[in-house]
Amino acid sequence: MTATPKAKRPNFVSTTNACKMCAPLGAAMAFAGIESCVPFLHGSQGCATYMRRYIISHFREPMDIASSALGEKHAVYGGGPNLKLGLINVIKKYGARAIGVASTCLTETIGDDVSMILHEFRKEFAGDLDLPELIHVSTPSYSGSHMDGFHGAVRAAVDQLAGDGEPTGRINLFPGLVSPEDIRHLKRLLEDFGLTAAILPDISETLDGPALEDYRKIPEGGCPVSRIRSMGAAPASIEFGRVLDPARSAGGVLAERFGTPLRSLGLPIGLRETDAFMETLEELSGRPLPRRHELARGRLVDAMVDGHKYLSGKRAVVFGEEDMCVALTSFLAEIGVKPVLVASGGSSGNLERAVRDVTDGILPEPPKVFAKVDFAEITEQARELNPDLLIGNSKGYRVLSRELDAPLIRCGFPIHDRFGSQRVRHLGYAGTQDLFDRIVNTVIEKKQADSDIGYGYI
Amino acid sequence: MDSIFEEREGQIARTGGDAFTIACNKDSLAGAVSQRACVFCGSRVVLYPIADALHLVHGPIGCAAYTWDIRGALSSGPELHRLSFSTDLQEKDVVFGGEPKLEAALRELIAEHGPRAAFIYSTCIVGIIGDDLEAVARRVSRDTGIPVIPVQSEGFRGNKRAGYEAACKAMMRLVGTGDTSEVPPLSLNILGDFNLAGEIWIIREYYRRMGVEVTATITGDGRVDELSRAHGAALNVVQCSGATMDLAAMMEEKYGTPHMRVSYFGIEDMAQALYDVADHFKDRDPEMPGRARDLVREELETLYPQLQEFRRDLEGKKAAVYVGGAFKAFSLVKCFRHLGMKVAVVGSQTGTEEDYRELARITDPDTIVVDDANPLELSAFIKEKDVDVFVGGVKERPIAYKLGVGFCDHNHERKEALEGFAGMINFAREIHRTVTSPVWGFTPRRRGSLKAPAMKEAS
Ligand code: SF4
Ligand code: SF4
Repeated sequence: MTATPKAKRPNFVSTTNACKMCAPLGAAMAFAGIESCVPFLHGSQGCATYMRRYIISHFREPMDIASSALGEKHAVYGGGPNLKLGLINVIKKYGARAIGVASTCLTETIGDDVSMILHEFRKEFAGDLDLPELIHVSTPSYSGSHMDGFHGAVRAAVDQLAGDGEPTGRINLFPGLVSPEDIRHLKRLLEDFGLTAAILPDISETLDGPALEDYRKIPEGGCPVSRIRSMGAAPASIEFGRVLDPARSAGGVLAERFGTPLRSLGLPIGLRETDAFMETLEELSGRPLPRRHELARGRLVDAMVDGHKYLSGKRAVVFGEEDMCVALTSFLAEIGVKPVLVASGGSSGNLERAVRDVTDGILPEPPKVFAKVDFAEITEQARELNPDLLIGNSKGYRVLSRELDAPLIRCGFPIHDRFGSQRVRHLGYAGTQDLFDRIVNTVIEKKQADSDIGYGYI
Repeated sequence: MDSIFEEREGQIARTGGDAFTIACNKDSLAGAVSQRACVFCGSRVVLYPIADALHLVHGPIGCAAYTWDIRGALSSGPELHRLSFSTDLQEKDVVFGGEPKLEAALRELIAEHGPRAAFIYSTCIVGIIGDDLEAVARRVSRDTGIPVIPVQSEGFRGNKRAGYEAACKAMMRLVGTGDTSEVPPLSLNILGDFNLAGEIWIIREYYRRMGVEVTATITGDGRVDELSRAHGAALNVVQCSGATMDLAAMMEEKYGTPHMRVSYFGIEDMAQALYDVADHFKDRDPEMPGRARDLVREELETLYPQLQEFRRDLEGKKAAVYVGGAFKAFSLVKCFRHLGMKVAVVGSQTGTEEDYRELARITDPDTIVVDDANPLELSAFIKEKDVDVFVGGVKERPIAYKLGVGFCDHNHERKEALEGFAGMINFAREIHRTVTSPVWGFTPRRRGSLKAPAMKEAS
């Protein structure tokens, strides 16, 4: 293949196979992690339906996203009346205690002032209806990806609901877009340290619920609104995400408004990032690392030694959400896998620096980093780099994995071609252990599959 | 019922009792979490399987990202349709207009992929900022020498059905541009089949065995050149309720191509489709009806015994059906009858009043008929009728599963061929598998019905 990679052609304007989704999708996922909250898209019906479908295929859970279902005349005269009607319907039929309203490209473009419409709505109906919390976030997709929508919604919830008051002794934890299993793991971990936390969003139950006797209009679980309200009184906030700008994050809002100390950390994947997280917890709790986790750490290091020869010198391409990419890259570097390309459709502007930071001291030189790219560009680059492994969401399967004949280890969002994405654990020593085993086994499987002899003892 | 929005009462009916009326083709109700998509979705569904065309979504990224290769429409050749192209509009494009970006995107993508034609889908904000797609298309078409066709699919301009119409208008611009001298007299076009899991190949083979040539498959396994000579065929056979009816009507008006409506799902409808086509050609080929009958007989001979096996376990069970088009729902009601099952709830996203009347006629009394349902209603109906299986699409699946009810995916995202006689077996097998699975015995609704057997005492 001698064509110039598209990524090197600065004038290319089109996107082929996007490595990102749109902003309201991220917002809807974040709102789904608030207790008794219905995500609501202000726009035409199609966006909400598409996003529901997309999220449902990943989590295999019901995901109701209401829409103001705007039609042609609303697009011309404004969507305010439909937004209000939609809110009333959601309040009456779903009994929502919170509604997270995200705008879409359409309503941003016609210029609906959502905050003002909600203000009017509150005034009009405060007497007759038991009004839920109405949170709104502006999510035009033409200026950000699903991760911007996700963080935007978390920040909006904090910005619009949080106050201070009596100290709660409960820390705030903003975990970012991780799996329900990750959140469950974080909860147990905090418990082991004797800490209580407000986790926002908490999708551990809402997007991975049990079999039910009856259809629940809104799934159980999620971060209670009351906990968000008292976030300003927390002793500290922990926020995961190395590309996240504290000046524009939920933790940043609390720090600025209420002086709540903010600990910004990378997603705890791999040894160094997890150690940093554990140290923070030790400090906040005043307790040493609980024995269970000490042991888990020890086992992880032991496994890293046992497995290192399978992995040393292997080359990997990492793609997906920026923060997930950074954390995975950090981990790969630790286990001797060479990340040759780190790519994301996100556009925080911080990816390259973050990757450099986490690989510093381990890799002789930082990997190639591509921000704001699509899968066409990733594939073109990857073709030349000849990777042994791919790590990212399942959208990389057809275009990357099949073409390059390199196995894909599925992490992040969306995973549409494997079962159990809700239960994939990435975080902490235990999550890192899971990942490590998967990576080693993938390498072994590939070796077996490619071998003519069929060794049964490797 | 508590979970029905008052404004939607007219869109739900129960058969039997008074004269049947139902309201439909209304805009979705705000806040009701409709299962419906948008105009763009309708257009994308219909045009997507044209495999050698470039499908460029002009808009922000989401609209393209969510429609990237989600369907199982297979191609026997090029696979350009399985890539997702977008202009990924950014703020400055929205402010200053997206035409320059669209034009540049078209030029670079056409140069890179060499498609036979390009479709440009217009999305909501493009409708608002008012880009002149026709002007861009004309310029690019002139320079590249391929047809470049805008699709008027702004999401807010109606529902999926409006999207079908927009897609048909777009395809109509290709029809009639090709040379038809090689098209044989006994030929037809297959319309409205998306070749999910290769279904069109099954149907094509039936027609071949009957002695009819297929000129164009519109839209499954579709090709631009086939479309351009589609007007040379003697007949349009239209499957599915809405998607390509408009194209058939336009072709009839402009080229006098007659059309007939068929369904390839289930035994009666599949056989009827073949008989109708044979009947149409019998003046030109008097043997054809006989060949059609032979074909059906042969297929049934293998099919029937297998169906009976499944039926033994399924007799008396109940189903709920919620699908995109009402025509498919008709077929499904009949399919279930062959399995000894009853359809107790039936609905669609886009049916017409006439469709619903027909549904009411062919179902048993006290069946719930619904237009444009939402999760609250669907779950309430499933419970009320205590059905054993729900037929729908991916969005409906978790509703069924949460309630401990079997599920069969009968929408565009399925990867299993359900058309034709072979498809009927697949359908029966899938229903059988889901309904007879032991897992339901462990769900909260039936908890305790399956317990570990006690150990025998040692003697
Ligand atoms: S923006 Fe419009 S066209 Fe795109 S998915 Fe939403 S409703 Fe459909
Ligand atoms: S219009 Fe915007 S919000 Fe709607 S699907 Fe497209 S990108 Fe997403």
